[in-house]
Amino acid sequence: MTKLTLGPIAYHWPAEDRRDFYARIADEAPVDEVYLGEVICSKRAPFHEPDLPATIERLQRGGKTVIVSSLAEVMLKRERKATADLAALDAPEIEINNAAGLYARGRRPHRVGPFLNAYNEATIAWMASQGATHVCLPTELPGAAIATAAATARELGLGVEVQVFGRASLAVSARCYHARAHGRTKDNCQFVCEEDADGMPLRTTDDRPILRVNGIQTQSESYVDLLPETRRLIADGVTHLRLMPQAVDMVAVAGTVRDLLDDRLDPAGAEAALRRICDAVPFSNGFYHGQAGYRRIAAAAG
Amino acid sequence: MSLAELICPAGTPAALRTAVDAGADAVYCGFQDATNARNFPGLNFTPDEMAAAVAYAHDKGTKVLLALNTYPPAGKVDLWRQAADAGARIGVDAFIVADMGVADYIARTHPDIRLHLSVQAAASSPEAIRYYCDNFGVKRVVLPRILTIPEIREIRREIPCEIETFIFGNHGLMVEGRCSLTNYLTGQSTNMDGVCSPASDVEYARHADGSMSSRLAGFTIDCFGADEKAGYPTICKGRYRAPHRPDGYYAFEEPISLNLSRLLPELIDAGVHAFKIEGRQRSKSYVRGVVSAFRQAVDDIRAGRQANIADLVALTEGQKQTQGAFETKKWR
Repeated sequence: MTKLTLGPIAYHWPAEDRRDFYARIADEAPVDEVYLGEVICSKRAPFHEPDLPATIERLQRGGKTVIVSSLAEVMLKRERKATADLAALDAPEIEINNAAGLYARGRRPHRVGPFLNAYNEATIAWMASQGATHVCLPTELPGAAIATAAATARELGLGVEVQVFGRASLAVSARCYHARAHGRTKDNCQFVCEEDADGMPLRTTDDRPILRVNGIQTQSESYVDLLPETRRLIADGVTHLRLMPQAVDMVAVAGTVRDLLDDRLDPAGAEAALRRICDAVPFSNGFYHGQAGYRRIAAAAG
Repeated sequence: MSLAELICPAGTPAALRTAVDAGADAVYCGFQDATNARNFPGLNFTPDEMAAAVAYAHDKGTKVLLALNTYPPAGKVDLWRQAADAGARIGVDAFIVADMGVADYIARTHPDIRLHLSVQAAASSPEAIRYYCDNFGVKRVVLPRILTIPEIREIRREIPCEIETFIFGNHGLMVEGRCSLTNYLTGQSTNMDGVCSPASDVEYARHADGSMSSRLAGFTIDCFGADEKAGYPTICKGRYRAPHRPDGYYAFEEPISLNLSRLLPELIDAGVHAFKIEGRQRSKSYVRGVVSAFRQAVDDIRAGRQANIADLVALTEGQKQTQGAFETKKWR
């Protein structure tokens, strides 16, 4: 049975917004698993870590499996400590996004996050031998490679996850580009990233939308939308479909994908519903089709 | 004091001979395919050329490091394994790797050949580096260009392997091995295809007012006045508009080169074993000039003489240069 997951919030949403968001997810969203935790910027973590136990409890009461995700970039002392502390947890499940986390986790069970570059069957086999139980594939992996990777992962008994909705993570850096846009540096950022709940838009100098800035992360302008490819993904062995939280009605997004999975909507109907929820945001599936990531390839061509 | 080896780029057999003759302690190079992160047209080596290059280098006491530092997409792993096997047959001195599957294969199949961890693996903490040392026997890590010298000094104390840092050349802004910007705009992947802002997708457009736009796959990356020199459209060095920056600004970084000449003595003192000069895509004359100048400076410092740092600084004169993250964390 294909599982629907909600990835960790990439943005610096205010603590109260997060509480409301997860309360609604717990009560209303037809997702099976929810990833929590700060993955992008260690400076943000103190704002929402105090809420974590209550959020976990709330989501579990709503019937969701909770997984805590680790930082993608680990360099500073506080990042090393946060990663080691997370790796020391017995429950709930954890998702590791940096090799520092793998080191700390040893061979105890863990999930492999999308920042760990599990691009191929050899790497997945290695990771499985080290205790990985589940792997989220890189967002830029094309469909044929997803199928091969998924086949190996399934043989090894691993869950296989692919992001099917939301902005793609395109890059991370040591530098904070939100701070830079406001003439600040990472150390005196004053958390200006909080202003952009769906990332700070960048346009080319001739005004074409191109990228989104989220602190140290650069994201796609488009939302990845693999609803037209969902049946193919499942047939190829993908077990978990990940929705990344965006500043849209995520309960409605989850409901739409769930309706597709349960055959209450056909792909065209689901696509139309998603379009209504996301208004004018461009959708893309180029990575899946081995083309420029921002492109939207017609389903017939897939 | 560390050995302070000089690791020099070799994009072609001719550049390799030039770097060896100019005094490189080691050269790094790759095959003509996706197995390395500079998979550009007209660059890199056939297996026969690699064999001749290794013979030439070894004859002069120079090591050859084979870059296998991309991430094989599932279904194509054999290409990387064959490249490793070819490198082993030819007798390269080390493999530079990023992918865990590739590292695991080499550690098991060619255990006598050194493994270096590529900057593409993005290992930026002692724990991450130790993961690769413990599991694959990595002997040297190429550090990401995001650490300050005090941070490098601290890492050095906590890891069981050698450290290599970039000192000169292109200044990568994003964490290497975690960047899909090129794939997002062009459909060619830095991680899987070894391609970054490919020349085949570049165009320059002259406007009526004499200004010039540089584009990548149809996206305007920068624009230049009639009297400005148009730069290459690398996505992370582009000029964009943001809500607070309506006139456009370099959202990530200006077009700028890394030049750590002034920090060389400090880096040696911090325990850096090897210094890497970026630029496998560069000309022979560039390689000759840069390698010779750094050779002289490193030899002076090793011998306790005052190095003529001014010569190294002059290598990028007229261009913008930076010490990036190495000098101060304000860069972040």
